[in-house]
Amino acid sequence: MARSIYLNLLFFFNFIGKYTMDIINHLGAAIIFFSLGFVRIFRAKQWHEIVKQVYYIGATSTSIVVVVGLFTGMVLGLQLYYTLIKFGSEGVVGAAISLSIIRELGPVLAAIMITARAGSAMTAEIGIQRISEQIDALYTMRIDPVKYLISPRIAAAIISFPILTAFFDLVGIIGGWLTAVLLLGVNEGAYFYRAMSSLAMVDIQGGFIKSIVFAVIVSTICCYQGYFTHLRTDSHGSKSVSVSTTSAVVLSCVTILISDYVVTTFLM
Amino acid sequence: MDTPLIEFKNVTKRFNGKTILDKVDMAIYANQVTTIIGKSGTGKSVLLKHIAGLLTPEEGEIFLNGRPLGEMKKNGEWDGYRKNISYMFQGNALFDSMTVFDNVALPLRQTTRLKKKEITEKVMMRIDQTELSEVVGKYPAELSGGMQKRVALARALVTDPDIVLFDEPTTGQDLVRRNVILSMIAHYKKKLGFTAVLISHDIPDVLFISDRIILLWEGKVAFQGNYEDALQLKHPMIDEFLQSLEGFRDELTGLLSKQMFTSRYAMTFGADQEGIAGTAILFSVNFNLLVESLGHQAAVDVVKTLGEHINEYMGAIGGFSTRQRTGQIITILPHISVEDAQQTIGDLAKKLQEKALPSIESVIQARTKIDTCIEIYVSAGITEARISDDIEKILDNARSAQQIIAQYRCAREEFE
Repeated sequence: MARSIYLNLLFFFNFIGKYTMDIINHLGAAIIFFSLGFVRIFRAKQWHEIVKQVYYIGATSTSIVVVVGLFTGMVLGLQLYYTLIKFGSEGVVGAAISLSIIRELGPVLAAIMITARAGSAMTAEIGIQRISEQIDALYTMRIDPVKYLISPRIAAAIISFPILTAFFDLVGIIGGWLTAVLLLGVNEGAYFYRAMSSLAMVDIQGGFIKSIVFAVIVSTICCYQGYFTHLRTDSHGSKSVSVSTTSAVVLSCVTILISDYVVTTFLM
Repeated sequence: MDTPLIEFKNVTKRFNGKTILDKVDMAIYANQVTTIIGKSGTGKSVLLKHIAGLLTPEEGEIFLNGRPLGEMKKNGEWDGYRKNISYMFQGNALFDSMTVFDNVALPLRQTTRLKKKEITEKVMMRIDQTELSEVVGKYPAELSGGMQKRVALARALVTDPDIVLFDEPTTGQDLVRRNVILSMIAHYKKKLGFTAVLISHDIPDVLFISDRIILLWEGKVAFQGNYEDALQLKHPMIDEFLQSLEGFRDELTGLLSKQMFTSRYAMTFGADQEGIAGTAILFSVNFNLLVESLGHQAAVDVVKTLGEHINEYMGAIGGFSTRQRTGQIITILPHISVEDAQQTIGDLAKKLQEKALPSIESVIQARTKIDTCIEIYVSAGITEARISDDIEKILDNARSAQQIIAQYRCAREEFE
């Protein structure tokens, strides 16, 4: 009996220890991976690839970000109106919408949307390039794969995330105006006055800092998962690409939410 | 022998505790075509990736012109070494989101300071040479397997490398395309002067272009040298391997495989210990000229048709033949004197001019859709074959006696 408990405890601590070491290893590798990618952004012949990636990550994600931003603002307008009216404070609905979108919902939801759309594609594309030996081919052609594949994506994410977040914020506030003012009859002047007067520069800055942090997290996780898809032990070949893509999206979303809390703590 | 260009000394590589390369010693010489053969899973690709620098040995050392790769400085010699190497991957490793042009231009755009116009010129030159001009704007997925191979070949050659590594360049190709790709490798090797290292299962086709063979067997080098030496070395491992891969017949021409030819030669002349055992005839076509003027596909078509006719005609009178090099066929006519053989050659030459060569023209024109003037020359050298002579000596004698026996130019037939 005692021996069985001892063995179970041993197994438990062994599992925890191995899991923790794996996490630390991957975390360290991802930090090095990001550092290598970031440094190579400033090398020659990167401009063209960065512009291409900004188009792909940024421009083509605009529609989804706008749609999600609009409906997020609209539903916030509804929820906040019916909550605030209980306290006779429906006049501050503009302030509540703008603050919650610019400080939290804008950066977080925009990042999650870009992860779903562009981040998954990043992992899948790089993963396929890895398993079809295209990355090895780059190496044999003396083209640095990190410089050619990773750096432009990191740079494009850092450029695109704040811009898309700004779009999300703007459209979200307009969405709130649609429901609060046009649908539920809140005074238009009060809506915009409250929205603007409650906002400080520090709120906008905080939102943008978050979006840059999320850009770094999403691009690093998605590129890392794709780049090292061949090292997976749980799957091989095309299956490993699909598993890496799923892992990249899930990990990015979870890390966005965790880091959102951490960054907010520092900003408050 | 000269100092090897690349030399492996005691190279060992393990993956997850499993030994893939086990104390490999081998040498690759400059300006030769070296073919690495061996069963699947014996570490051929691993060996090639060591040369490309994609993998590093766990034990042992790799040398370039006597200098260990491990001692080369990253940004100096090592970079220079890698600059001179190209690698053609088994699965082509083409970028599927790029057009043919962009795929071929990629190494020049990323690693050189050439201007856009210069890059375009260089890329178009390689694309023309590999007969891809019509698909320059297409994506790899829109091309056939053979075309994709040619794109990969064009990309491998666009940087004018000194060493080109080919990982199973002919896998999955039909026999004509296989020979076309190998002919292209041999042609560009000769034209551009690079050292080629190939991995291939396509025996005997690959042997026609190989100067040197390295047989990998369970992670070790079982043999290295030329093909003739391999056949003479009576090693059960080599016999088993060659018999497992090399069939009785050369699929392209229907002629005997080299190994079967050698066995048949030994068997036929074994009983006749003295005097003239028969006659040897070495046939050649102007292969390189055909490649230059009509492309690789047409040149292989010519060899195929010629081989089929020689097989049909010589086989009927008891002769047996094999392809010696890509454009050369050797025939042995046992117990037939040189005079009788000359008469036979005359008859064959007439048959070639009347039937075979005109049929080749229509095949080529239908394939290339080019209304160009086709010039085909068939040469033959006749010599006595004695039991005391080895094949190499017979070949030398026949080569020195070669003269044109049939030629064909456009639609005009001539006969000598």
